[in-house]
Amino acid sequence: MNELVKNKGVTIVLFSGEMDKAIASFVIATAAASMGMQVNIFFTFWGLNVIKKEGGLIKGQNWMQKMLNMMNYGHAKKLALSKMNMAGMGPAMMKIMMTQKKVPSLQEFIKMAHALGVKFYPCEMSMSVMGLKQEDFIDECKEVIGAVSYLSIAKDSNINLFI
Amino acid sequence: MADFSVDRTLDARGLSCPMPSVKTALALEQMDMGQVLEILTDDPVSKKDLPVWAQSTGNELLGIKEEASTIKIYLKKA
Repeated sequence: MNELVKNKGVTIVLFSGEMDKAIASFVIATAAASMGMQVNIFFTFWGLNVIKKEGGLIKGQNWMQKMLNMMNYGHAKKLALSKMNMAGMGPAMMKIMMTQKKVPSLQEFIKMAHALGVKFYPCEMSMSVMGLKQEDFIDECKEVIGAVSYLSIAKDSNINLFI
Repeated sequence: MADFSVDRTLDARGLSCPMPSVKTALALEQMDMGQVLEILTDDPVSKKDLPVWAQSTGNELLGIKEEASTIKIYLKKA
Protein backbone atom coordinates (compact mmCIF):
# COMPACT_ATOMS: atom_id res chain seq x y z
CA MET A 1 0.00 0.00 0.00
CA ASN A 2 1.44 3.39 -0.92
CA GLU A 3 1.69 6.59 1.15
CA LEU A 4 -1.45 8.18 -0.29
CA VAL A 5 -3.81 5.59 1.05
CA LYS A 6 -2.03 4.71 4.27
CA ASN A 7 -4.07 4.94 7.46
CA LYS A 8 -7.29 5.67 5.65
CA GLY A 9 -10.31 3.57 6.29
CA VAL A 10 -14.05 3.29 5.93
CA THR A 11 -16.28 1.92 8.65
CA ILE A 12 -19.92 1.31 7.90
CA VAL A 13 -22.57 0.53 10.50
CA LEU A 14 -25.18 -1.45 8.63
CA PHE A 15 -28.24 -1.16 10.86
CA SER A 16 -30.86 -1.69 8.15
CA GLY A 17 -31.90 -5.08 6.86
CA GLU A 18 -33.22 -4.02 3.47
CA MET A 19 -31.75 -5.08 0.14
CA ASP A 20 -31.40 -1.55 -1.28
CA LYS A 21 -29.57 -0.21 1.75
CA ALA A 22 -27.35 -3.29 1.95
CA ILE A 23 -26.38 -2.99 -1.73
CA ALA A 24 -25.62 0.73 -1.28
CA SER A 25 -23.31 -0.22 1.62
CA PHE A 26 -21.54 -2.87 -0.42
CA VAL A 27 -21.09 -0.56 -3.45
CA ILE A 28 -19.27 1.89 -1.17
CA ALA A 29 -17.38 -0.91 0.60
CA THR A 30 -16.08 -2.55 -2.60
CA ALA A 31 -15.22 0.80 -4.24
CA ALA A 32 -13.28 1.87 -1.13
CA ALA A 33 -11.51 -1.48 -0.93
CA SER A 34 -10.54 -1.12 -4.62
CA MET A 35 -8.90 2.20 -3.66
CA GLY A 36 -6.77 0.38 -1.13
CA MET A 37 -8.70 1.56 1.93
CA GLN A 38 -9.31 -0.72 4.89
CA VAL A 39 -13.07 -1.31 5.04
CA ASN A 40 -15.00 -2.60 8.04
CA ILE A 41 -18.72 -3.29 8.22
CA PHE A 42 -20.37 -3.55 11.61
CA PHE A 43 -23.68 -5.41 11.20
CA THR A 44 -26.16 -4.55 13.89
CA PHE A 45 -29.83 -5.13 14.59
CA TRP A 46 -31.86 -5.56 11.37
CA GLY A 47 -28.58 -5.42 9.44
CA LEU A 48 -27.72 -8.87 10.81
CA ASN A 49 -30.15 -10.33 8.25
CA VAL A 50 -27.70 -9.43 5.48
CA ILE A 51 -25.10 -11.89 6.84
CA LYS A 52 -27.44 -14.63 8.06
CA LYS A 53 -27.10 -18.10 6.58
CA GLU A 54 -30.02 -19.44 4.58
CA GLY A 55 -32.48 -21.68 6.41
CA GLY A 56 -33.33 -22.21 10.05
CA LEU A 57 -36.65 -20.46 10.53
CA ILE A 58 -36.81 -20.89 14.29
CA LYS A 59 -33.85 -19.58 16.22
CA GLY A 60 -33.43 -18.36 19.75
CA GLN A 61 -33.90 -19.60 23.28
CA ASN A 62 -37.31 -18.30 24.37
CA TRP A 63 -40.68 -17.89 22.63
CA MET A 64 -40.21 -14.16 22.03
CA GLN A 65 -36.85 -14.64 20.31
CA LYS A 66 -38.27 -17.55 18.31
CA MET A 67 -41.24 -15.47 17.21
CA LEU A 68 -39.02 -12.49 16.32
CA ASN A 69 -36.63 -14.61 14.26
CA MET A 70 -39.48 -16.32 12.46
CA MET A 71 -41.13 -13.02 11.55
CA ASN A 72 -37.80 -11.41 10.73
CA TYR A 73 -36.57 -14.33 8.59
CA GLY A 74 -34.14 -13.19 5.92
CA HIS A 75 -30.72 -13.60 4.36
CA ALA A 76 -28.80 -11.98 1.49
CA LYS A 77 -31.10 -13.56 -1.11
CA LYS A 78 -34.26 -12.75 0.77
CA LEU A 79 -34.47 -9.14 1.84
CA ALA A 80 -37.21 -6.58 1.34
CA LEU A 81 -36.87 -3.16 -0.29
CA SER A 82 -37.14 -0.08 1.95
CA LYS A 83 -39.60 1.42 -0.56
CA MET A 84 -42.02 -0.23 -3.01
CA ASN A 85 -41.59 -3.70 -1.57
CA MET A 86 -45.07 -4.70 -2.81
CA ALA A 87 -45.08 -7.98 -0.92
CA GLY A 88 -41.83 -9.15 -2.51
CA MET A 89 -42.58 -8.07 -6.08
CA GLY A 90 -40.35 -5.01 -5.66
CA PRO A 91 -37.16 -6.92 -4.82
CA ALA A 92 -37.83 -9.46 -7.60
CA MET A 93 -38.20 -6.69 -10.18
CA MET A 94 -35.21 -4.81 -8.80
CA LYS A 95 -33.07 -7.95 -9.12
CA ILE A 96 -34.07 -8.30 -12.79
CA MET A 97 -33.34 -4.63 -13.47
CA MET A 98 -29.96 -4.84 -11.76
CA THR A 99 -29.01 -8.02 -13.64
CA GLN A 100 -29.83 -6.24 -16.91
CA LYS A 101 -27.35 -3.51 -15.95
CA LYS A 102 -24.82 -6.12 -14.81
CA VAL A 103 -24.88 -4.84 -11.24
CA PRO A 104 -23.74 -7.71 -8.98
CA SER A 105 -26.30 -9.31 -6.69
CA LEU A 106 -25.99 -8.85 -2.94
CA GLN A 107 -24.46 -12.35 -2.55
CA GLU A 108 -21.91 -11.53 -5.25
CA PHE A 109 -21.13 -8.23 -3.52
CA ILE A 110 -20.58 -10.04 -0.21
CA LYS A 111 -18.16 -12.53 -1.78
CA MET A 112 -16.33 -9.80 -3.67
CA ALA A 113 -16.03 -7.57 -0.61
CA HIS A 114 -14.64 -10.48 1.39
CA ALA A 115 -12.11 -11.26 -1.36
CA LEU A 116 -11.05 -7.60 -1.35
CA GLY A 117 -10.33 -7.79 2.38
CA VAL A 118 -13.45 -6.06 3.75
CA LYS A 119 -13.95 -7.14 7.36
CA PHE A 120 -17.39 -8.18 8.60
CA TYR A 121 -18.26 -7.77 12.27
CA PRO A 122 -21.61 -8.91 13.70
CA CYS A 123 -22.79 -6.97 16.76
CA GLU A 124 -22.70 -9.01 19.94
CA MET A 125 -25.49 -7.17 21.77
CA SER A 126 -28.03 -7.46 18.91
CA MET A 127 -27.16 -11.14 18.61
CA SER A 128 -27.81 -11.81 22.28
CA VAL A 129 -31.10 -9.87 22.26
CA MET A 130 -32.30 -11.85 19.24
CA GLY A 131 -30.85 -15.13 20.49
CA LEU A 132 -28.50 -15.56 17.52
CA LYS A 133 -25.17 -17.39 17.54
CA GLN A 134 -22.08 -16.99 15.40
CA GLU A 135 -22.94 -20.20 13.52
CA ASP A 136 -26.14 -18.50 12.30
CA PHE A 137 -23.97 -16.22 10.16
CA ILE A 138 -22.04 -16.77 6.94
CA ASP A 139 -18.39 -17.84 7.24
CA GLU A 140 -17.13 -14.46 5.97
CA CYS A 141 -17.88 -13.06 9.46
CA LYS A 142 -14.85 -13.67 11.56
CA GLU A 143 -15.23 -11.81 14.79
CA VAL A 144 -18.26 -10.85 16.89
CA ILE A 145 -17.61 -7.47 18.51
CA GLY A 146 -19.25 -4.94 20.81
CA ALA A 147 -19.75 -1.17 20.74
CA VAL A 148 -16.34 -0.38 22.24
CA SER A 149 -14.47 -2.46 19.66
CA TYR A 150 -16.57 -0.91 16.90
CA LEU A 151 -15.67 2.57 18.16
CA SER A 152 -11.99 1.77 18.36
CA ILE A 153 -12.14 0.76 14.67
CA ALA A 154 -14.32 3.76 13.78
CA LYS A 155 -12.01 6.31 15.38
CA ASP A 156 -9.18 5.10 13.16
CA SER A 157 -11.35 5.41 10.04
CA ASN A 158 -11.78 8.74 8.33
CA ILE A 159 -15.06 7.82 6.70
CA ASN A 160 -17.81 6.56 8.99
CA LEU A 161 -21.27 5.79 7.73
CA PHE A 162 -24.47 4.65 9.45
CA ILE A 163 -26.80 3.01 6.99
CA MET B 1 -0.45 10.81 -25.40
CA ALA B 2 3.13 9.53 -25.19
CA ASP B 3 4.19 6.22 -26.67
CA PHE B 4 3.75 3.14 -24.56
CA SER B 5 2.90 -0.50 -25.04
CA VAL B 6 -0.08 -2.15 -23.43
CA ASP B 7 0.79 -5.12 -21.20
CA ARG B 8 -2.74 -6.18 -20.37
CA THR B 9 -6.28 -5.33 -21.46
CA LEU B 10 -9.26 -5.42 -19.14
CA ASP B 11 -12.62 -5.59 -20.84
CA ALA B 12 -15.04 -4.00 -18.41
CA ARG B 13 -17.69 -3.17 -20.99
CA GLY B 14 -21.24 -3.65 -19.80
CA LEU B 15 -20.27 -3.37 -16.15
CA SER B 16 -21.56 -0.56 -13.97
CA CYS B 17 -20.20 1.28 -10.95
CA PRO B 18 -18.24 0.20 -8.89
CA MET B 19 -17.19 -2.86 -10.94
CA PRO B 20 -14.77 -1.14 -13.36
CA SER B 21 -12.75 0.22 -10.41
CA VAL B 22 -12.87 -3.10 -8.56
CA LYS B 23 -11.78 -5.04 -11.66
CA THR B 24 -9.05 -2.49 -12.33
CA ALA B 25 -7.71 -2.88 -8.78
CA LEU B 26 -7.72 -6.68 -9.11
CA ALA B 27 -6.04 -6.58 -12.53
CA LEU B 28 -3.29 -4.16 -11.43
CA GLU B 29 -2.64 -6.28 -8.37
CA GLN B 30 -1.44 -9.09 -10.65
CA MET B 31 0.78 -6.82 -12.73
CA ASP B 32 4.32 -5.58 -12.24
CA MET B 33 5.47 -2.05 -11.49
CA GLY B 34 5.65 0.09 -14.63
CA GLN B 35 3.36 -2.14 -16.68
CA VAL B 36 0.45 -0.59 -18.57
CA LEU B 37 -3.17 -1.65 -18.22
CA GLU B 38 -5.73 -0.81 -20.87
CA ILE B 39 -9.30 -0.68 -19.55
CA LEU B 40 -12.22 -0.85 -21.96
CA THR B 41 -15.46 0.50 -20.57
CA ASP B 42 -18.76 1.86 -21.83
CA ASP B 43 -19.76 3.25 -18.46
CA PRO B 44 -19.69 7.07 -18.70
CA VAL B 45 -19.04 7.34 -14.95
CA SER B 46 -15.78 5.39 -15.33
CA LYS B 47 -14.37 8.18 -17.47
CA LYS B 48 -14.48 10.36 -14.35
CA ASP B 49 -14.06 7.68 -11.70
CA LEU B 50 -11.03 5.80 -13.00
CA PRO B 51 -8.76 8.90 -13.22
CA VAL B 52 -9.80 9.72 -9.62
CA TRP B 53 -9.16 6.09 -8.66
CA ALA B 54 -5.68 6.28 -10.24
CA GLN B 55 -4.91 9.50 -8.42
CA SER B 56 -5.95 8.24 -5.02
CA THR B 57 -4.11 4.95 -5.39
CA GLY B 58 -0.98 6.63 -6.76
CA ASN B 59 -1.10 4.95 -10.18
CA GLU B 60 -0.38 7.00 -13.27
CA LEU B 61 -3.07 7.90 -15.80
CA LEU B 62 -1.45 7.80 -19.23
CA GLY B 63 -4.47 8.79 -21.27
CA ILE B 64 -8.08 8.36 -22.25
CA LYS B 65 -9.31 7.57 -25.76
CA GLU B 66 -12.89 7.39 -26.95
CA GLU B 67 -13.86 5.17 -29.85
CA ALA B 68 -17.57 5.04 -30.59
CA SER B 69 -19.22 3.92 -27.34
CA THR B 70 -16.02 2.43 -25.90
CA ILE B 71 -13.84 4.46 -23.60
CA LYS B 72 -10.22 3.28 -23.37
CA ILE B 73 -8.31 4.24 -20.27
CA TYR B 74 -4.57 3.63 -19.89
CA LEU B 75 -3.04 3.27 -16.44
CA LYS B 76 0.58 2.65 -15.50
CA LYS B 77 1.13 0.71 -12.31
CA ALA B 78 3.17 2.65 -9.77
